[in-house]
Amino acid sequence: MTEPLLRLDRINTFYGAVQAHFDLSLEVGRGRIVCLLGGNASGKSTTMKVILGLVSPRSGTVTLDGAEISGLPTHRIIRAGVGSVPEARRIFPLMTVRENLTMGAYVRSDRRAIAEDLARMLELFPRVAERLDQRAGTLSGGEQQMVAMARALMGRPRLICMDEPTMGLSPLFVDRVLELIAEINRQGVTIFMVEQNANLALQIAHEGYVLQTGRIVLQGSAALLRDDPRIREAYLGGPIAA
Amino acid sequence: MSSFIDYTVNGLVIGNIYALLAVGLALIFGVSNLINFAHGSVYTIGAYIGWAAITFLHTPLPVTMAIVFVACALVGMAIERIGLRPLQGSARIAPLLATIGISFVLDQVVQLVFSASPRALPNDLPDWRIDIGGGSIGALDLLIAGVGVGAAALLFVFLRFTKLGFAVRATAQDREAALQMGVNVNAVNSTVFAIASALGGISGLLVGMYYNHIDPAMSFQATLKGIVAQVIGGVGNVPGAIVGSLLLGLIESYGIALLGTTYRNLFAFVLLILFLIWMPNGLFGGRSAPQSEPLTGAFIAPSKPLRLPRWALWAMTGAAFALPLVFGAPYLLQTLTNAWLAAMLALSLTLMAGTAGQISFGHAGLLAIGAYASALLTVDLNAPTWLTIPAAGLITSALGTLLIFPAFRLRGHTIAIATLAIGEVVSLVILNWESLTRGAMGVTGIPPLSIFGHEIYAPREVYWLCLAIVVALALVQTRLLTSHFGRTLRAIRDDDVAARSYGIRLDRYKALAFAFGGFGAGVSGAITAHLYSYINHQTFDSQVSLLALTMVILGGMGNVVGAILGAIVLAGLPELFRLTAEYRILIYGIVLLLLIRFRPQGLMGTL
Amino acid sequence: MSMLLEIKGLTRRFGGVTAVKDFDLAVAEGELVSLIGPNGAGKTTSFNLISGLDRPDAGTIVFGGQSIGGMAPEAIAALGLARTFQHGRVFGNLSVEDNVLVGAHTRLSAVRPRWPVIGPLGELALALLRPRAVKQEEQALRAETRDILALFGDRLIPRLDHPAYSLSYANRRRVEIARALALKPRILLLDEPTAGMNPTETGEMQALIAALKSSGLTILLIEHKLDMVMALSDRVCVLDNGAKIAEGAPQDVRRDPAVIEAYLGHSGIGQARPQPEPVA
Repeated sequence: MTEPLLRLDRINTFYGAVQAHFDLSLEVGRGRIVCLLGGNASGKSTTMKVILGLVSPRSGTVTLDGAEISGLPTHRIIRAGVGSVPEARRIFPLMTVRENLTMGAYVRSDRRAIAEDLARMLELFPRVAERLDQRAGTLSGGEQQMVAMARALMGRPRLICMDEPTMGLSPLFVDRVLELIAEINRQGVTIFMVEQNANLALQIAHEGYVLQTGRIVLQGSAALLRDDPRIREAYLGGPIAA
Repeated sequence: MSSFIDYTVNGLVIGNIYALLAVGLALIFGVSNLINFAHGSVYTIGAYIGWAAITFLHTPLPVTMAIVFVACALVGMAIERIGLRPLQGSARIAPLLATIGISFVLDQVVQLVFSASPRALPNDLPDWRIDIGGGSIGALDLLIAGVGVGAAALLFVFLRFTKLGFAVRATAQDREAALQMGVNVNAVNSTVFAIASALGGISGLLVGMYYNHIDPAMSFQATLKGIVAQVIGGVGNVPGAIVGSLLLGLIESYGIALLGTTYRNLFAFVLLILFLIWMPNGLFGGRSAPQSEPLTGAFIAPSKPLRLPRWALWAMTGAAFALPLVFGAPYLLQTLTNAWLAAMLALSLTLMAGTAGQISFGHAGLLAIGAYASALLTVDLNAPTWLTIPAAGLITSALGTLLIFPAFRLRGHTIAIATLAIGEVVSLVILNWESLTRGAMGVTGIPPLSIFGHEIYAPREVYWLCLAIVVALALVQTRLLTSHFGRTLRAIRDDDVAARSYGIRLDRYKALAFAFGGFGAGVSGAITAHLYSYINHQTFDSQVSLLALTMVILGGMGNVVGAILGAIVLAGLPELFRLTAEYRILIYGIVLLLLIRFRPQGLMGTL
Repeated sequence: MSMLLEIKGLTRRFGGVTAVKDFDLAVAEGELVSLIGPNGAGKTTSFNLISGLDRPDAGTIVFGGQSIGGMAPEAIAALGLARTFQHGRVFGNLSVEDNVLVGAHTRLSAVRPRWPVIGPLGELALALLRPRAVKQEEQALRAETRDILALFGDRLIPRLDHPAYSLSYANRRRVEIARALALKPRILLLDEPTAGMNPTETGEMQALIAALKSSGLTILLIEHKLDMVMALSDRVCVLDNGAKIAEGAPQDVRRDPAVIEAYLGHSGIGQARPQPEPVA
């Protein structure tokens, strides 16, 4: 059996006295889109922070392509080939869009290839191309989301972690963003995304995990999960009388 | 007309020097959210290294500047390593206090190495001046302007076009997002400290050449000026810092032309306070206000306070009263008397900073008010000291509360800056209000303490009097803390948002705490005035304020017994070991640094 | 039915983002109304606007017949509105007892005389001298504090003197609620009271809230555990993207397709509804 690109093994995370993860384990296979679903305060975003080294788990390991990355500082994890599309986008508001994309390639030094990638991004995200020399902070939420995605791609990561990429977007932008995620994946990038928007995420994902108060309560292929009533229960509580 | 041009040139030159300082402070604040109080120390070090290079190595100016640049960059990196990096994740005020500790240490090291006496810093520039429209510009003026403009241009290129410059800007805009781009934020911080400190050092060198005078005391004023310039331009804003500096330089220069040199700093600090209150984001602070976060609240490290049994406290009090009967050495008693006087100040500060969470970096201003009140009442009106001392306490309480009141609405770093400025303003008003305070001459011939005609002269009597006041103040403060009032203050400190949501009016309780604390500080200042028989505007300087803060942190914020203990340890022990002033302050700095790093809850624990 | 709290057209913008838009809500005396919705829907912002921690850009808030929109939080608290916070904001260095006593701050009268001008100094003097009336008031409040803490069984009573920072997360949430009850509120705003609690603790909290409700207390509740919301609420109001998308009886709201979509997303890419429409 081949080693998955990303593996979380029995992670336990604490915020002070509060435990956010209970023996959390999950795997992201190479070339896949895997989504982590769950309602508010289920521990989804903390999972992302653990992968990126922003929060240290009390126990458990994170491995990237077989090499342990838990315990490394964030910048080393990024250098190891992980790209991040943070929650609420976190683009650099006072930099232009072009500068934001340049920052995305911070870990690289191959100038010519960076320039080529920039051109590629503008093809992939025509909306971003129109705004190239505008301050990123002046863009709409959906446009900022695209900048954040392009920025992460500029690092040529093996794995992109996306934290709630559709949060706060209008429904039409939500669709566009998800289509783009599927497109990026077709180009060979593995994607791990945390999403609240379960129905939609499962449309593009290959596999899914459902997290509830720090525990994986459901996992499986997206096709199976899509029709599982338990997902709805995980979000909306109790069995729903039809 | 000619003089107007001269004043303009002078203002711009000084403005350029401030800009070199302020730009560094702005860069540091940008990436690390820290106001670096050790910045002025780097400036002083730059001046002294330049002096040493010129005097001993006879280096030409470009070489001197290069040496200063590199040496100060290294000092800056060391400051980041000691003052910032180990304290990431602790309360936001911790690195700020650490830089204060570092500045104590650096300033004293400079004094110990180069002595406290001023030096002349010669320059080998040609002696010509160009006449323009009645005024004139000299070679040094042009050099300073050139360095200022050149540094700004280089900085622009660095930030705009280099990879590291991008990382600096990204870190300043969103630290966590920068991390997720693979930026090593620690390395960025270190770089920024290096650049900022190098510029600060050059600034010190240039100012030394400009006035042909350097002395170790220049450090603190430089930090303050840099901060003022930055607040005018918008904290953390690099172009704003440059404009703010030039503006400050010009305003000072014109102000001096109109009113005289003693007003120079008054302008700066009044401007600072006005900006903090009405325009806290500065002229160019387009960015939304920095996240408001209680600054001391978080520093109250959760800890189990050490509770001494009541009988032990009374036994120690009894022993303290009995001490003069056993050991009569005047030196010992005078030293401990100083400790009691410091304890009064520390009690006042621990109530404000510790219990109410309203940190004050200008507490010495209260001593000065109390001292002048009692001194002038006795000297000018012949009032008896038993009346003037409590009166001084009340005057300090009222005046101090009035002065600090506008600062109550400030939060975060601005409150630290504002209280510092208020302390400076008190001293500068004393300096300039000659008809009342006798200005720079100070007040002489202040009569000794007396109660109902009985003069208290003997060291033991003074000792007993001060000890009795400390005990009384401590008892009253303890009683206050056990009331609803103490509970309310501590609630404000722990979480002012929650406190407001439960009906607590912050202004009212902070003002009451300050009024209460002001009394003790005023009494302490008043007694000091009568013991010294001479005071001037510098008797109670900002170093006293910072020392008081160190005592309070050492004892444990908000802890009454801790405050007294802190005063004994820091005011008493160094004296008993007969350390000279330089070593004493060095020790204060080291104590402060160690406490912040290893025992933020102090000796007795926070309450 | 007389409305204790009436909100009309409430709007709050942060930069370009409208966190709450044109929000209407009315809560009657003795009612328990829940506010639900996905992350970022504007629930906590609404609480902040109602309790005075934030100022609305538009809209009115009337509490007990008095307009409180834009009033200071301390003044709103004095009118009898108590709230808890999403992430729990206890006074960490204060004991459990003191935390609750701070909740009774607006009710202090003997030690806080309403003397003009010298009132604050009078308060300082009374705190020091503590005449009989002041002592009695303090004692009465302490007795009451114990009664409130007893509502939580033996969770808090044995920890009366413990500083709040030493408590478990669940216990801190309980202290917050006890503090709110000490204000004797006319309306209680609870922001995710069971966040971070395990099922047993959640059950206890649910029973407590039910008891408070049956004692006649008016409650506005933000909660993610929808089982609990359904069991407790008289009415449920659903927010999404700052706007109200549904309101009604718990079972109806839960079957509402708009609500399901707000939580789970629409079921196919390209099938997006144009915008969440405010309920008429």
